[in-house]
Amino acid sequence: MPFNVEAIRADFPILQTKMAGKQLVYLDSAATSQKPKVVIEAIRDYYVRYNANIHRGIYELSEKATEAYIQSKEKAARLINADGIENIVYTRNATESLNLVALTYAAQNVRKGDHILITEMEHHSNIVPWQLLANRNNATLDYIKVDVKTGMLDRNSLSECMEKGPVIVSITQASNVLGTINDVKVIAKDAHSHGAAVIVDGAQSIPHMKVDVKDIDCDFLAFSAHKMFGPTGLGVMYAKSDMLDKMEPLFGGGDMIMTVTLKSHTWNGLPWKFEAGTSNIEGGIAFGAAIDYLNGLGLAAIDRHEKSLTEYALKRLGEIEGVSTFGPDLKYVDKRVGLVAFSVGGVHAHDIAQVFNDNGIAIRAGHHCAMPLVREVLKRDSLARMSFYAYNTKEEIDKAVDAIEKVKKVFKVC
Amino acid sequence: MDYADELISNYEHPHNKGKISGADAKFHEFNPVCGDDLTLYLKVRGGKVEDVKFDGTGCAISIASASMLTDEIKGKKLSEIESMNFEKLKEIIGIDPGPVRLKCATLSLKALKKAVFLYEHKKVDSETEKL
Ligand SMILES: Cc1ncc(COP(=O)(O)O)c(C=O)c1O
Repeated sequence: MPFNVEAIRADFPILQTKMAGKQLVYLDSAATSQKPKVVIEAIRDYYVRYNANIHRGIYELSEKATEAYIQSKEKAARLINADGIENIVYTRNATESLNLVALTYAAQNVRKGDHILITEMEHHSNIVPWQLLANRNNATLDYIKVDVKTGMLDRNSLSECMEKGPVIVSITQASNVLGTINDVKVIAKDAHSHGAAVIVDGAQSIPHMKVDVKDIDCDFLAFSAHKMFGPTGLGVMYAKSDMLDKMEPLFGGGDMIMTVTLKSHTWNGLPWKFEAGTSNIEGGIAFGAAIDYLNGLGLAAIDRHEKSLTEYALKRLGEIEGVSTFGPDLKYVDKRVGLVAFSVGGVHAHDIAQVFNDNGIAIRAGHHCAMPLVREVLKRDSLARMSFYAYNTKEEIDKAVDAIEKVKKVFKVC
Repeated sequence: MDYADELISNYEHPHNKGKISGADAKFHEFNPVCGDDLTLYLKVRGGKVEDVKFDGTGCAISIASASMLTDEIKGKKLSEIESMNFEKLKEIIGIDPGPVRLKCATLSLKALKKAVFLYEHKKVDSETEKL
């Protein structure tokens, strides 16, 4: 079936909006995606027809809300091929999921002198929790180097780091700056053979490609609903059951317990042991609708569409003098997710984004929450980035190219 | 927001860029959102700005506004600088940067006022902190 972008665009009311007086061109889905009507409606529907707290109510409304919330977890489990809802812990976002792993499993298992391994291309959310933990537990944090020429992980650095026998290996499946897709399956196998637990940051991969947690064999996976047509305030921490069973919960309170006495308490079963207090019910329900929508379009088709946009963008940007792009080159477009970071001469990325804004185009500019990569590895102050999703078109990339020409004119880049 | 010609030319050829060795006061400001990074150097004589320079990296708005601001304040009394606010800055740079770029525009004014307060051993007022 052909990918009907016009029909998809009609599902997103915001795409009719104007920005700076121009038709909105939204090229910032890697920061957060836009939401289709069905997701917006799901939130409204919950509040209008069956708002009630979940789990506890012995009445129909509460049962209906509980069922919708649990169904959303079933959908999330199927999406990544997890065994079931026991493996799906809801958090606020990918960041909280990564912190939760660091504060539970990792905090309970990392000893003095141990090594924790991440990469130079991580988002701050997969760096800072490990810096905090390394400081607290007197562990060492190692980084797999990025090969600046190819935009991929340096193989030699990877094997050197593995030789140190890390107890935690936490890696992004797709970089939000370079677009690089890392082969987490191969890395997980290597890491497991050294006895490490493997955490995958799926914030930029799960929305855009089919991921099977059994195939890649990660122990934990983190991602955010808001980057995949879903609401903000809802994230997923996937974990293998035997991991979750061994872990102590971080937060205590309602729902995460089975019984409480004046002296002690017992824990609830999985995944509830890790979800204390009233959940983000509307978020969970809306996420269920988002996953349905995502499946309706088909991840394989989305992936193909984004690859063709990425290829087109790399080609067009490659033709413009003074413009550099980052990440794997055109030949390796299959190793990239749908985003392209770029620079225009020596123009500051915020000035680029400003000119784009004045032309109705939303892009991201700055360090993209990956300061170590942008500053220390790529040696830039800031980068501009356009990112794509199912609703973007080649015509929108053409508009971005026109905006780049305007940037060059204003800032006299030749 | 339009990039006015004057702003662009101040960005391309910023005035008063560099360091002052033996400055009477200096202050470093950083804008974590953009990564604009600016140090302001001040030479004072008789309660007035004898010389001022700035050094650092940043976007067009931050560099151009530092350039125009430093031009403006040469020879000014420190007490005048103490009371400079965002409205005054807008007059000097000739544009309204809008809410998103506000921090880029005010970075140099913030560094300048803090350098002045530091020189005078005064506490930075809350209006300056909010810039
Ligand atoms: C690679 C990567 N990891 C983690 C995150 C954090 O996602 P969130 O802000 O939803 O927690 C992002 C968001 O930009 C990301 O791109």
